[in-house]
Amino acid sequence: MVIKYLIEKEFKQFGRNPFLSKFVFIFPFVMLSILPLAANFEVKDLNLAVIDNNHSSYSRRLVQKIAASRYFHLTGVPSSYRQALKNIEQDQSDMILEIPPSFEQDLIREKNARVMISANAVNGMKGGLGSAYLAGILAEYNAEIRQELLPSAVSSSQTGLEVSKLFRFNPLLDYKFMMVPAIMVMLITMICGFLPAFNIVSEKEAGTIEQMNVTPVSKFSLILSKLIPYWVVGFVVLTICFGVAWLFYGLWPKGSLLTIYLFASVFVLAFSGLGLIVSNYAKTLQQAMFMVFFIVITFIFMSGLYTPVDNMPQWGQYISDISPLKYFLRVMRLVYLKGSSTADLIKPFLALCTFAVVFNTWAVLSYRKSQ
Amino acid sequence: MNAVSANLIGKKYGKLQALSGISLEVGEGDIFGLIGPDGAGKTTLFRILATLILPDEGTASVCGFDVIKDYAKIRKVVGYMPGRFSLYQDLTVLENLTFFASVFHTTVEENYDSVKDIYQQIEPFKNRRAGALSGGMKQKLALCCALIHEPSVLFLDEPTTGVDPVSRKEFWTMLQRLKQRGISILVSTPYMDEASLCDRIALIQNGKFLKTDTPQNIIKGFDSELWSVRSDHMSKLLSDLRLNEGVSSSFAFGDAHHVTLKNGKCNSHDLSVYLDGLKHTNVCIQKIEPNVEDCFMQLSGKNIL
Repeated sequence: MVIKYLIEKEFKQFGRNPFLSKFVFIFPFVMLSILPLAANFEVKDLNLAVIDNNHSSYSRRLVQKIAASRYFHLTGVPSSYRQALKNIEQDQSDMILEIPPSFEQDLIREKNARVMISANAVNGMKGGLGSAYLAGILAEYNAEIRQELLPSAVSSSQTGLEVSKLFRFNPLLDYKFMMVPAIMVMLITMICGFLPAFNIVSEKEAGTIEQMNVTPVSKFSLILSKLIPYWVVGFVVLTICFGVAWLFYGLWPKGSLLTIYLFASVFVLAFSGLGLIVSNYAKTLQQAMFMVFFIVITFIFMSGLYTPVDNMPQWGQYISDISPLKYFLRVMRLVYLKGSSTADLIKPFLALCTFAVVFNTWAVLSYRKSQ
Repeated sequence: MNAVSANLIGKKYGKLQALSGISLEVGEGDIFGLIGPDGAGKTTLFRILATLILPDEGTASVCGFDVIKDYAKIRKVVGYMPGRFSLYQDLTVLENLTFFASVFHTTVEENYDSVKDIYQQIEPFKNRRAGALSGGMKQKLALCCALIHEPSVLFLDEPTTGVDPVSRKEFWTMLQRLKQRGISILVSTPYMDEASLCDRIALIQNGKFLKTDTPQNIIKGFDSELWSVRSDHMSKLLSDLRLNEGVSSSFAFGDAHHVTLKNGKCNSHDLSVYLDGLKHTNVCIQKIEPNVEDCFMQLSGKNIL
């Protein structure tokens, strides 16, 4: 079998590439150890400036309550709104809470007082979540005050809903647990999908592919010999990832590892096809890199890795349907956190199979055309 | 049966006519030289014969196999050495050779005899990576890799370009030995001096053959007397020569200008008088034998007209 020698040669070259051979194994460690900790959507340590125009016991209690929460830092007590705004402009505070002079009076007399929250929305997520947290604290404060001021009203109208939250499959709502499976998907994408494509294009650049083309080696075995080593490396890296995730975060898939391997195989087949398409169209490594950046960035943002697909506008959701990353990402999270089995995941499985067929057919057709 | 035969091959790249009306026959055990400047179409012809690209027009066969229909059979019997070094630079000399042997379903041991002469020269470096070899050694390794499956036809695309004069000479000696073993060789070169080492040559320019014949016959075909002219001011001399109406052609060739004169209009004595009149000193006019390069210049001049 000639392909045995071809694969042997690829491994030899891979091992001899001092950068790639080491990096491919350092990569998962670095990504898994740093990214899940850094890529955290939880907003903490918001800098809050409070303008207390009331200086009453009620307003002080409110400020103390806020300061006691782990979300906010009191950075200052500016005397006016204008000054507080200046603080925001200088990036010393993220949010302003303004308590009007008549706060206590209104609260006692009218049973109704108003405060104003202003948030810096340059970072939309921080602004949005921050004001929501603050509103939550205000609501709690509100409940306490009501009980004190209107004990009868509260006891008589116990109609207020009590909300208790239960986060299924990720009880602590830990973002790390969402990120770890996503990072595994990214790693597999890069190693199995695009490294072989870069390899083929660089052989094109070096002219060695032409030398191979005048030998009796068939195109099919030549391409297969490019893919198989990276499939092997990819699966080894994936296995390392399982270990690293368990070691660092105590995270082990609730579902079966076999399910993950099965889906990874189909996904890898699909992305190898995509990589081959790139290698057919690109004449130089530079072109190939740029195409890959485009594809990866588009797919990542459309896949729901950072922002849930359901948040996207309808047209965005349609586009995300053609990102194979979306399906594999969902599968990984479901298997890891929820413990879904293959039978539960028939739909994404079929979708990934479709991608594998479409991409590889396209690859074959575009290869014929480029001849 | 001819080792290679091509009949009216044409190839276009977009609007550029890379080859047109190319016909050639390479006899078994012949060294056939394609002589022509860069961009003449030599590599395109090689790529067609090596089954890497398809011709737009015409037919060609290698060892009796058609380049379009029987390409798979051709690939088993030809050795191709592209103009650019195209072996794996990160594999060692021995690994490259072993790899190409296994790709052709053979082993280095089995075919050691066919590469022995050449391989022995690079054997001291067998564990060095191909990328770290000198230009001459790279060529030898490439030739070994092209020979390891005992091909009956060798395609060598500018094998001596960028190689030092000693290695060039060695390389041609190796080719002569291969020829003795009955291997047919199609070799291209931009160096005219290598033409005389071929059995037959084709002069190629702008995708067309100017002439195909043995080097001797091509030189015989040079139909005028050739003079070598020298003086102390070589560049002024060239422009003065070209201004003279009796001069039919004048080209700079190393340390002398090669000049042909129009029959009946001018002779060497007239020329000497003309140059003395223009205050050239140490004028030296000698009759010389033409070489392939003179023939090429003459033929390409006619081709342009």
